Amino acid sequence: MDIKVQVRESEDDAYVVELSGEIDVYTSPKVKDAITELIDQGHYNLVINLEKVRYIDSTGLGVLIGGLKRVREHGGSVNLVCTNPQIRKIFDITGLVKIFGIFENEQDAKKALV
Amino acid sequence: MNAATAAVGRIETVELRIPRKAEWVAVARLAVAAVANRLAFSVEDIEDLKLAIAEACTNCIRHTNGNASIDIVCEAEPDLLRLIVRDHCFDLPPQRPRAVGEPAGDAGGLGIFIIESLMDHVAFEPTANGPTELVMTKRVGA
Repeated sequence: MDIKVQVRESEDDAYVVELSGEIDVYTSPKVKDAITELIDQGHYNLVINLEKVRYIDSTGLGVLIGGLKRVREHGGSVNLVCTNPQIRKIFDITGLVKIFGIFENEQDAKKALV
Repeated sequence: MNAATAAVGRIETVELRIPRKAEWVAVARLAVAAVANRLAFSVEDIEDLKLAIAEACTNCIRHTNGNASIDIVCEAEPDLLRLIVRDHCFDLPPQRPRAVGEPAGDAGGLGIFIIESLMDHVAFEPTANGPTELVMTKRVGA
């Protein structure tokens, strides 16, 4: 079980956080650190790509919610890329689809950033 | 991992004890998936069961201190799987579950809410020793 975190700069001052693997109580601190570091550096428009994430639990959701709260304080936004139906289902049942912008591909997610 | 099976009527039981540490939650997920795979659960249902047991274990890790273990009992019947999680973490009153679709403002209480959304029946039941155990049931094909 592992999580890989790759951060890359995109056009229009956006940053993409690409995650691969499983996000749970053990691995989520690594995700949190990556997001926190970006925000601390002043990057408030983020796309978090979950296409290669096989599993996420409430701990992972908490990290995403925490990141969203922080960037919104600076007028920023977090959009997600999610194509895995099982993961999308977790966002649906928790109501987080109303809080996050969730897109089928990275290009659309970046376009929709405020 | 201490796994054993015992046939009691039509119920087969698998027991697992893991350290109350984050790195062991994945073991609980895999074990429950293996048990569920013995029944006729769909792939989607098995994913639900994995998430439910992980949320229960995570709840134990988050809300208790010390080095206590987490006991997990899987009771497999032909048409259902019952997961029992015992620790000293469930003696708190369960948080009010959100209504389905109600946005989560933060991560607090999400775990129990997810469990209640994914499983067919969830109960917090007292044990003879005092602490409460979490009992989660999912029916095949429900």
